[in-house]
Amino acid sequence: MLKTFAKGGVHPPENKISAHQKLEKLPLPKTVFIPISQHIGAPAVPVVEKNSEVKTGQVIAKSGGFVSANIHSSVTGKVIKIDDVLDSTGYKQKCIVIESTGDEWVEGVDLTDTLVTEINDSPEEIINKINAAGIVGLGGATFPSHVKLSVPKDKKVNVLIINAVECEPYLTSDHQIMLEKADEIMVGIQILKKALNVTKALIGIENNKPDAIEHFTSIAANYEGIEVFGLKVKYPQGGEKQLIKALINREVPSLKLPLDVGTVVHNVGTAFAVYQAVQKNKPLVERVVTVTGKSVRKPSNFITRIGTPVNELIEAAGGLPEDTGKVINGGPMMGKAINSLEIPVTKGTSGILIIPEEESSRRPVQNCIRCAKCVSVCPMGLEPFLLMTLSEKRMWEREEKERVLDCMECGSCSYICPSDRPLLDYIRLGKSSVNKIIRSRNKK
Amino acid sequence: MSSLVIITIISLSAIGIFAAVILYYAAQKFKVYEDPRIGQVEELLPSANCGGCGFPGCRNFAEALVKADSLDDLYCPVGGNETMANIAKFLGHEATEKEPYIAVLRCNGACEFRPPVNKYDGARSCKIESNLYSGDTGCQYGCLGHGDCVEVCNFDALYMDPITGLPVVNQDNCTACGKCVEECPKDLFELRPKGKKDRRIFVACRNEDKGGIAKKSCSVACIGCGKCVKVCPFDAITMENFLAYIDPIKCKLCRKCVPECPTNAIHEINFPPRKVKTEETDKETATTENNENTEIKSSDTN
Repeated sequence: MLKTFAKGGVHPPENKISAHQKLEKLPLPKTVFIPISQHIGAPAVPVVEKNSEVKTGQVIAKSGGFVSANIHSSVTGKVIKIDDVLDSTGYKQKCIVIESTGDEWVEGVDLTDTLVTEINDSPEEIINKINAAGIVGLGGATFPSHVKLSVPKDKKVNVLIINAVECEPYLTSDHQIMLEKADEIMVGIQILKKALNVTKALIGIENNKPDAIEHFTSIAANYEGIEVFGLKVKYPQGGEKQLIKALINREVPSLKLPLDVGTVVHNVGTAFAVYQAVQKNKPLVERVVTVTGKSVRKPSNFITRIGTPVNELIEAAGGLPEDTGKVINGGPMMGKAINSLEIPVTKGTSGILIIPEEESSRRPVQNCIRCAKCVSVCPMGLEPFLLMTLSEKRMWEREEKERVLDCMECGSCSYICPSDRPLLDYIRLGKSSVNKIIRSRNKK
Repeated sequence: MSSLVIITIISLSAIGIFAAVILYYAAQKFKVYEDPRIGQVEELLPSANCGGCGFPGCRNFAEALVKADSLDDLYCPVGGNETMANIAKFLGHEATEKEPYIAVLRCNGACEFRPPVNKYDGARSCKIESNLYSGDTGCQYGCLGHGDCVEVCNFDALYMDPITGLPVVNQDNCTACGKCVEECPKDLFELRPKGKKDRRIFVACRNEDKGGIAKKSCSVACIGCGKCVKVCPFDAITMENFLAYIDPIKCKLCRKCVPECPTNAIHEINFPPRKVKTEETDKETATTENNENTEIKSSDTN
């Protein structure tokens, strides 16, 4: 029996169209738009000014607090402006706009492909390097990685979990990076282990990537204390709490962190970025982005510089198909539709999904028929139909008691609902309202 | 047979008397003294339970009124000066007098002036839409038109205009409780003094974009040109982030700014027709008279 998490889950069509498309370097963009807030936490503070000359890898915005991350220039060139630019939500966000003239890296960065397996840094040095390189969780949550690695003294971590599940349909960026950069990822995992002072690392991969499981298992044999597990295909297995349950059968209590059950979860993409930061001194200025969709001419996995406008990626994947109805930043389950193709790729962009017109609209909402499908698929054991009703009736206190804050917005409920009710939309409203109430309560 | 009836009557009566005695003593022992004035003050209040005073309901407000030493910070916007005077008289305090307020909508972007640029097909709720993204028109500051404000209004003072897609304030019903101000995710409502003879002038826009961008997304947006600031003889208009704001206290309702606005973003309400009549203003003022009771359509927009 393959491992998986206990409660709920759905299995949407996988549609991994871009699987096995080799990682391809996207040509350098002419202009990059680098938002100063690409992570959870305080926005970074710009340290360059208009007309400053910057090199690739140079810090252009310094981390604005402990839970924050440095931001580096992804090209060599001149800062044209620091201004408000529309982001993927249509609201304005401060961006550093750089006109690219070339690709000259800052000094001290090792750009060769040679594998460096020896880890010379102490745990503190590793965390400092990761902090300096501006690494955030590349699975999409963009939580600053150095914060996850700085374990408080009263907590103990005994196992590191590497998230290679990629349960979102369509997306293949992690899959491809696993096939091509396996050795680097393994060294990255060893670095993370050293930083956390643990001896064991578990890698969870869903069973729809048998080649990755095989490849990883054979390579992991060369490294100490790394085990690879194939997992049953079930969404949202890539959720932190679900993966912990699946791999080590521990349940993270409500509103607690993985740290509280003695583990830390990192994404494979993050492990690769950690390898580059620690062994090669290379800051996080590029990431793998899947560009895919049923009508896309050339579905691809691009190594993309942060700040590249989305339309350049789509152009490289064969242009915007004629029947496009919607472009989504992320996967089909948790991604959000964007309303402009000018928006830049950020550290959290794992994919750009182009949905044809006929699949892009929601079906009309019907009445709840009390089938309880949403209850049975909720991986957190919540009652989505109830939370939605409570949101509609604005009963926030009751909603808080019903553990609305445990919702991780995976969208399984909205996906399964036979009446096409906008469950997740209302639950999100409930979450933000409850959070507001808690914040004002804490102030008092 | 008859003895059974008698026994039943006697035993039930005994139980009844016993229970009554217990209840009587319990009532004496656990009696909670409550100021009888609270109930009386509550009766003087309008019983709207709207929360406009800052308390959860009229009862809580009544308690606060009875406890308070002076009524300076306590005011019931629904009942207004009359109710507050009655309460003050009853409690023997000085009455607080406030100018009556009313809610105004600071968005002018009807569908014809602010065309949609993308399609939103999610849940019909402004809060949900604004949580997700900036909205289906080019203006990120404007009304989303799902009517969250209409839903929370307890006084039937708001309704959605199907043609403009904007909510309309019914000024006879609006009590300035502030529910809509709180609810609107775009912060479009403002409570402003009702004004002399119910006349008001305000900027019906919240767009903080630079002129060109604002105008592109909405043809009736405030473009921050500053003409109104220059023409105002009372320094009542301030310009911040390319958006004009008219201070209702300084404004003397002279109406000089209204015709200056190149995008008709300044609204005047309940004013008589202008004296100088060109053909165009003639038509405009005629519509003002027709719309005396509506907030949104002022002489400028029609």
